[in-house]
Amino acid sequence: MTQLEEITVDEIKHLVSARALQGETMLLNMGPQHPSTHGVLRLLLELDGEVVLNCIPDIGFLHTGIEKNMEAKTYEKAEVMTDRLDYLNTMGNNLVYCMAVEKLVDLDVPPRAQAIRVIMTELQRIASHLVWLGTHGLDLAAMSVFLYCFREREIVLDIMEMCSGQRMMTTFFRPGGLWRDVPAGWEEAVRNFLKIFPDRVRQYERLLTNNPLFKDRTQDIGVIDAETAMRWGLTGPTLRACGPALDLRKTRPYSGYERFDFEVPTHTKGDVYARYLVRMLEFTQSLRIIEQALKKLPGGAWRSDDRKFVPPPRAELGVSMEALIHHFKLWTEGFLAPKESVYTAVESPRGELGVYLEGDGGPKPHRVYWRTPSFVNLQALPVLAKGHMVADLVAIIGSIDIVLGDVDR
Amino acid sequence: MADHRQTTLQALQEKFSAEASEFRGDPRLIVSPSQIREAARLLREQYGFEYLSGLTASDYWPQYNPRFHVVYVFSSFQHNCRLEVRVPLADEETVLPSISAVYYSADWQEREIYDMFGIRIADHPDLRRLIMPHDWEGYPLRKDYPLGYEEVQFTFNVDEIDLRKPKPTE
Amino acid sequence: MGVEQKLGNLGVVTARLEDVINWARTGAMWPMLFGLACCAIEMMASQASSYDMSRFGMELMRASPRQSDLMIVAGRVSRKMAPVLRRLYDQMPDPKWVIAMGDCASCGGVFNNYAIVQGVDEIVPVDVFVAGCPPRPEALIHGVMTLHEKIKTEKIKEWA
Repeated sequence: MTQLEEITVDEIKHLVSARALQGETMLLNMGPQHPSTHGVLRLLLELDGEVVLNCIPDIGFLHTGIEKNMEAKTYEKAEVMTDRLDYLNTMGNNLVYCMAVEKLVDLDVPPRAQAIRVIMTELQRIASHLVWLGTHGLDLAAMSVFLYCFREREIVLDIMEMCSGQRMMTTFFRPGGLWRDVPAGWEEAVRNFLKIFPDRVRQYERLLTNNPLFKDRTQDIGVIDAETAMRWGLTGPTLRACGPALDLRKTRPYSGYERFDFEVPTHTKGDVYARYLVRMLEFTQSLRIIEQALKKLPGGAWRSDDRKFVPPPRAELGVSMEALIHHFKLWTEGFLAPKESVYTAVESPRGELGVYLEGDGGPKPHRVYWRTPSFVNLQALPVLAKGHMVADLVAIIGSIDIVLGDVDR
Repeated sequence: MADHRQTTLQALQEKFSAEASEFRGDPRLIVSPSQIREAARLLREQYGFEYLSGLTASDYWPQYNPRFHVVYVFSSFQHNCRLEVRVPLADEETVLPSISAVYYSADWQEREIYDMFGIRIADHPDLRRLIMPHDWEGYPLRKDYPLGYEEVQFTFNVDEIDLRKPKPTE
Repeated sequence: MGVEQKLGNLGVVTARLEDVINWARTGAMWPMLFGLACCAIEMMASQASSYDMSRFGMELMRASPRQSDLMIVAGRVSRKMAPVLRRLYDQMPDPKWVIAMGDCASCGGVFNNYAIVQGVDEIVPVDVFVAGCPPRPEALIHGVMTLHEKIKTEKIKEWA
């Protein structure tokens, strides 16, 4: 543990303008502990009065060493760590990791598992957008939105707890399918949620969308055009608000998304208000997907049968010798993966979430790299924030919707 | 979609005399460090790969030559495809040219591989540690860097581990 | 107690100074916003409508350490964040308490590696540990209640 050391201006001289070195502009530290930075993000602001000339992010305060830690565990046991990256999109992290493992070892996923994965991921998307909306509203001094959003989120978390026993860090998807089948009463709970939620979305829109105070604070703030945005690697609603309809669920469908009919909302302006509108429209699209998936939910197996990779159910252990051997091998050593690499990506509520997984012939991964959307989206913050005031900076950070677990891994 | 990928792959293979391989339907190209900047520029300007999805490295210690493989994943929106390019680095002294002038998002991702693996990047606008504290020694994701874990405390060793743990001095 | 019976209903209550001070301290304890990671979301959920912490006096979450008395370390503390944590703890005025919320703050949690401080009690003295990954909002509120009970047993001669 190092002591706190003063960083002198020499070390960041190449990043700040000459006016700062002469003392004309002010260098302000928006520290790791701040109510509006959505986590432990440190920003070094160069201010000319209230106007931000340059903003230098300093990240790493939540670095957990997940990638290295996953190299020390077997494929199935390492999945526990995946929830804790982007902790608002836990099902999505599990999904992309399981998809990468399945691609690496060529494991099949039964259709019932695929459909339930889609439903749970879309519910998770709604829950994540609710937290975004709540905290964004809170930053812009609309506190009632925060309380309403968390009330709805409790319903979604109850559904997740029903399936897996845990509200947030579920680890419900496993390589080959699901951990176990959904319990009785799950379908009814999801249908109840589908019945009440559209009205709640209309409530939020009544509070914010045509609110002159909200529009004043968010229109024409943090504008970026589509070509620059793509060059900076922005993905997700941040990019869709600038124009391109880039949504991995439509362009490179996975887990059965090609069977569902939904739209990808876009906008052209590229400012904070446009990103807000895109995310609000995504609520209704997610509800559409869940409804279609629930109507056509197939029955059958919920996890693959391939015993080389999937442990057998405990009831079989007493009667079958092969089941016992498979169980023993899978839980002590783990399954072996070939010495190859795959890259799989899904659409998280923040953008393109990808896993680059490399095996080395053994039971533990050789390298797991997480291409996290918040890490790449945060790079564009100096570009978005230039010329705005400090209060607008808060709105911009909220609109990019970063999660620091994603950024620092 | 798949044809565009094949044409790009073949064109680049001829231009850089690079080798190509495929796994589970995803082709990848292996180029040398001196060629990567030109390859990135071509991919962006000529073949329509607008954004860089991922940039990472993989350490193969104790094997040297190559020790690292730097992996670039380029994505195209207009052609809806993805291409993986690998650059083998012989050892930790080999310098990798930066592609942050072509793809702006490579800025932080290259800083991250410098921070985690110690791979030196040439012509980078601001090569500093990104995620670890700025005075940290060592490069954590290398295979010869220890995981740094603490021994688990059970009842038989809880007292001796407790003596070794730092305590706040109030 | 005996005095009221002699003086009648004067609207006066007597009690020990210790009890009054401890009761006042537990009545309106303001936590400092120190949400680091996933536990912060559960802390926000316990502050929001369904599990309302302001029923227990924690109406506001003050961002400034100078205006808060309780630091709920919610989330994993990395080695880069550790000096910042200590400095914020030093900036809090007395009396101050620390709740280590979640497994990562209590003992390092799932992450036993180079980057995470194995238990925030390596850095600051902790009063209550709340287990869970992340702990349910009800578990956090139970932790806060346990802290209140711990404070009610504090004696004046320890800090006066």
